[in-house]
Amino acid sequence: MSRLAKHRDVFAGGLIALIGAGAIAEGRTYGIGGLSDMGSGFFPVVLGAGLVLLGGVMAAMGTPAPEGHAATTPDWRGALAIAAAVVLFIVLADNAGLLPAIFGCVFVGALGTRGTTLKEAALLSIGIAIFGIGLFSFVLKVPFPILRGVLH
Amino acid sequence: MESGLVGLIHGFSVALEPHNLMWCFVGVFVGNLVGVLPGMGVLSSISILLPLTFSMQPVAALLMLAGIYYGAQYGGAICSILLNLPCHPPHAVTCLDGYPMTKSGRGGVALGITMLAAIIGAAFGIVQMIFLAPYIASIAFKFGPQEICSLMLLGLLAGSTLAKGSAIKGISMTLLGILLSLVGTDVNTGNDRFTFGFIELSDGLELVTVSLGLFGIAEFLKSVNAVAPTGKRTVRLGFRDLRPQRSDIKTALPPIIRGTIIGSLCSLIPGTGPTIASFIAYATEKKISKTPERFGHGAIEGVASPEASTHSAVQGDFIPTMSLGIPGDAVMALLLGALMIHGIQPGPRLIVEQPDIFWGLIASFWIGNIILVVLNVPMIGLWVRLLSVPYRFLYPAALFFVCIGVFAARNEMFDVGATLLFGAFGYLLLQLGFEPAPILLGFVLGPRLEENFRRSLLLSRGSLETFIDRPISAFFVAASVLLLLAQMVAALRKAKAPIRVPETAFD
Repeated sequence: MSRLAKHRDVFAGGLIALIGAGAIAEGRTYGIGGLSDMGSGFFPVVLGAGLVLLGGVMAAMGTPAPEGHAATTPDWRGALAIAAAVVLFIVLADNAGLLPAIFGCVFVGALGTRGTTLKEAALLSIGIAIFGIGLFSFVLKVPFPILRGVLH
Repeated sequence: MESGLVGLIHGFSVALEPHNLMWCFVGVFVGNLVGVLPGMGVLSSISILLPLTFSMQPVAALLMLAGIYYGAQYGGAICSILLNLPCHPPHAVTCLDGYPMTKSGRGGVALGITMLAAIIGAAFGIVQMIFLAPYIASIAFKFGPQEICSLMLLGLLAGSTLAKGSAIKGISMTLLGILLSLVGTDVNTGNDRFTFGFIELSDGLELVTVSLGLFGIAEFLKSVNAVAPTGKRTVRLGFRDLRPQRSDIKTALPPIIRGTIIGSLCSLIPGTGPTIASFIAYATEKKISKTPERFGHGAIEGVASPEASTHSAVQGDFIPTMSLGIPGDAVMALLLGALMIHGIQPGPRLIVEQPDIFWGLIASFWIGNIILVVLNVPMIGLWVRLLSVPYRFLYPAALFFVCIGVFAARNEMFDVGATLLFGAFGYLLLQLGFEPAPILLGFVLGPRLEENFRRSLLLSRGSLETFIDRPISAFFVAASVLLLLAQMVAALRKAKAPIRVPETAFD
């Protein structure tokens, strides 16, 4: 059992408490006010306090994760490909247009699976790109250039 | 009663408009499809299609999104019975007896009974909604901000503690969701909150950004390279195999009726949706059976009852959502969000002010369920073949839909990046044993909760007693406290005598 699995609830509680503390710290700067004249910070601070409390209890009660459940190490190849696909979509859509963005996103995303060949990824992304342009540019008329400077 | 009938007739005239009928069909078809495909969830599918509805009329949008939800229930059973894959939580329990039936060559019969159970369960759920929703709404008309507030408290608590997973984690997810809903300009003071200098955040976070991150990207991160290919185990199945024999129907009918009732009761309690209903239905059936040893080896009752309860609970799920504006689970929260995007305020006034939406939705339930049965009987062979589409081709396509969907919500590339961050965060939450669905509940209800809380205390000049001075509000507060106490007792008892519940059963 990995260390994460063993102390899963301690980490979980810690994360929640940390978020709560952040909400309190940030919320205080908005002005808390009183019960009859609440400021913008009142609700965030109350929520933050609730999160700190719950996080503390969670960490204190901490039960380890059941064997064989959750807390697996992430699949790095897949995770990297998915993140890269989204980033590529943003970059290509802003600079080159929707068509290259779809192609790049699906192509890189597909390579996240072990065993998917370049050819399979290319075929899939071409297919999705044609379908996507048809649906979004022509049927739904999303106002976005298909190829920047060439096709609008 | 009479007004219900008039409303229903009006509803049919709305739902049968070609435009609406078409979208209803699209909804149930897509729903059926994602139900069949392993690795595609209802939540992520509705989130992916949500941006497409922005340009549609609100009625059509809602009919379609609702159709995905109940359509997926038809598909989910196919996956469970034929492949023993519990890809959709409410149908996990159907595997127990459905798959043994497939192994002994009676998979077709199991599917046929499932469809019978589905249509009976759904029909009952819809009738229940016709009578109950307007009645509940007529009571809710009298609610002031105090009642709305304490009812939301109850709804949020029930939604986050009764669903799967640990109660304390559920509540923290809900609080987190409310916190996320506060991002942006505070309508009361004009202050920016939690925007950290990003102008893009001053309008708040988009619903699709949060939901596609948490249920789209996070799901892909979890499933990539982890979902086993299913292609080789495909079963050949035709139209004729589906017809159950008379003796099968006779054995299955009483369990179907019991399951239907269990499902409709469960649907009335927020947080106990179809998943819990199907488990209770299965357990009940096994308990009252004269031959409990047959369960797990292909007992037809073990398929019929949970399936009926799932479908009746799915339809009943809409009751608190449409009559009170309080969603019982994350799917309903998404549907409410879709209504709000179209500028429609959910709440007890919805039935009166938007009869097209309410009655049109109910009429479309009838139509949609009939379409589903008609669709499933001849197309079962196609669905079975679809089961062999590998996940490695599905998620890259879905990934693109996520990107363009988030972008199209308000033409903002910033949101696409934010979705990726939410995806990573959602994956972290899953790894730490959280169930992120209640985040959506909090996110959708958060702004209304804060507004009504402020208004209540403004009216009472800062006295918190206002929540227990008014009888209806006091009732909701008392129910919330009881619910919390019950959860604490259960948690303490569990800590003393650890019962090992196989967690996968609830996944």
